[in-house]
Parts: sequence; C-alpha cells; structure tokens
Amino acid sequence: MSQVSASAPDVEVPSIPLAQIAPWAVFFGLIAMLALFFVSTDQGATSLISGTAIHEWVHDGRHLLGYPCH
Amino acid sequence: MTARNILLRGLIAGFVAGIFAFLVAHQVGEPHVEKAIALEEAGAADEAAPAEHSHEEGGSGHSHSDGEEAHEHEEAAGGHSHGGGETEVSRDNQRTWGLLTGTLVVGTALGGIIALVSAAAIGRIGRLRPATSTALVTAIGFVSFALMPWFKYPAAPPAVGSGDTIGERTVDYFVFLAISVLAAVAATLLARRMHTQVSAYASVVIGAGAYLLIVVLAAIVMPTVNELGDFPADTLWYFRLSSLFTLATMWGVIGVILTGLVGRLDTAETAVAQRRELAASL
Repeated sequence: MSQVSASAPDVEVPSIPLAQIAPWAVFFGLIAMLALFFVSTDQGATSLISGTAIHEWVHDGRHLLGYPCH
Repeated sequence: MTARNILLRGLIAGFVAGIFAFLVAHQVGEPHVEKAIALEEAGAADEAAPAEHSHEEGGSGHSHSDGEEAHEHEEAAGGHSHGGGETEVSRDNQRTWGLLTGTLVVGTALGGIIALVSAAAIGRIGRLRPATSTALVTAIGFVSFALMPWFKYPAAPPAVGSGDTIGERTVDYFVFLAISVLAAVAATLLARRMHTQVSAYASVVIGAGAYLLIVVLAAIVMPTVNELGDFPADTLWYFRLSSLFTLATMWGVIGVILTGLVGRLDTAETAVAQRRELAASL
C-alpha cells in the first residue's frame, strides 16, 4: 500500500484545502441526508410527509438495501 | 483536482451504481421478496380477515384525496400489507420503478458522499496516489456503512418485523450505523497518526484492530432483534444474502468507477504539471 506509483516517483500528492471542500460537504451532505432519509425511513418509524405514498413507492428498495421496515 | 471535479465524478459513479444495484436487486432479490409477501398475505388472511376487509374499504376510497386518513387506517389495522387493494402502489411498480427509484437515489447520494470524503482524503493518507486513496475510502465505507450494519441488523423481508417495534429497530439500526462510521473515521485518523511513528503495516493493524474492537463491543452491547416467528429459514437466508449482494454491487460499482475516474483525472493533471515543470526549466 505504501509504494509510490511509477509515474510519479517521490512526489507529494497535493491535497485539496479543507476550506474548499467544506461548503460542498455541507450543502451536498444535507441533500444526501435528506435523500437517504426519504428512501430509508420516511413514513416508517417517523414521518416528515404524511401519508404512505413514499413508503409504498420505495418499499422494495428499503427492504433490499437493508433498512428497517415494518 | 478540486472538490467540484471529484463530486461530479462521484455523482456519475453513484448513478451508474444505482442502475447495477437495481439489476441485482431485481434479479436476485425480488423472488424472495415475492415469496415473503405471499407468506405475509397467507398469514394475514388467516389471522385478521375481518379487520383486513374494513381496512380495504376505508383505504381504497380516500387513499389519494386524504393520505393521512389512509395512514391512520393502516396503523389501526396493525401494520400494512402489500399488493392488496388498499396499497396505493401496485406490486408491479414497487418491484420495478419503485425499486429503481430507491437504488438510484441511494446510489447517487452515496456516490457524492464517498467522493467528498475521498476529496478530503487525497494527499492526506501517507503517499497514496489519489486513485488509491479513493479506493481505500470506498472500501472502508463499505465495511463501516453497509457490511457491519448488515451483520448486526440484517435486512428483514416483508412479513418479518412488527409494526410496533419499527421505532426501536430504526433507532438501533442508525445508532449502530453511526457508531460504526464514527469508529471507522477515528480508526483511520489513528492509523494515519501512528504512521509517523511506526511502520505502515503496524499502523494499519492498529487502526483496523481499534475499529473492530469498538464495533464488536457495540454489537455485543446493543439489543438483538428477533421477530422471526415461524418464517421459513431458507427464504430469510436467501433474502438477506440478496440484500448483501445488492449493497456489495452498489459499493463495488461506485468504487470501481470513481477510482477509475479519479485516476484518469490524476494522470491528466500530473501530465500537465510535468509539462509545466519542463517548460519552466528550459
């Protein structure tokens, strides 16, 4: 794992400043959390949107992706 | 290499992984879901035929105009059934478009998250090239986010799992998931710190050992779910196995595509940098 690849011997790999990643991480992180919540949990253990339409629509995905379901 | 560059590649990898995960789930998993639903409906017909009947009348009339009422009806009936007249989505839709929606959304979200974590890891884990760091992040992610939760709280097919305990089971699942992911991050940071003092081999062993210690302890301490009743063991096993195949496909495809794309990006940028260096030295 620690060997250096032949194309770039002994070159420090430049890192991306965390300050540049942070806004992307916060913005996309929130969207991703919300998306995962709707597929995995909404209208099951807890509900942001009332009804059962979302639960029924993603039902098989919820089971097969391993999330707790009724 | 920028956060934006890598995030974009992660979203593409995740979307493609969602398609592959759908194909595996549909081909390998759905037969067992169908079997479980058939068992569930046979059981429901035996137990609560009258309750099921009144529920059907209430649900089918208002399901679209008044979702909340339909929801209450379902809870009153003690859990809901699948495929009968009362569900708003047909089984045909659930096992095709519904399943595809789920895998695409989860795939794209995971792809993006993996890409952003990789963006932070690149250049910060020893002297690993960007592609290697990305592959490592995906592998650690698979173990901590999918594999370990699958071992402790494996997927339950329809008909297994009571509607009364869904709250506790969901909390347990996500608490264990959070412990596993946080432990993986902490163990990786520990290994990275140890690397300045001991060999790479020793630091990886220390990091992996610390992660396993925390997760195994958490798995022992946290409550066990057993709501199987007389559900057939072979259907349960093949369902859970197909769930693991689906998760492995999802993470595997994200890892392969994102690592490839990041590798290409790295090669291109390294070539540009070398050319610039050469030009400056002339």
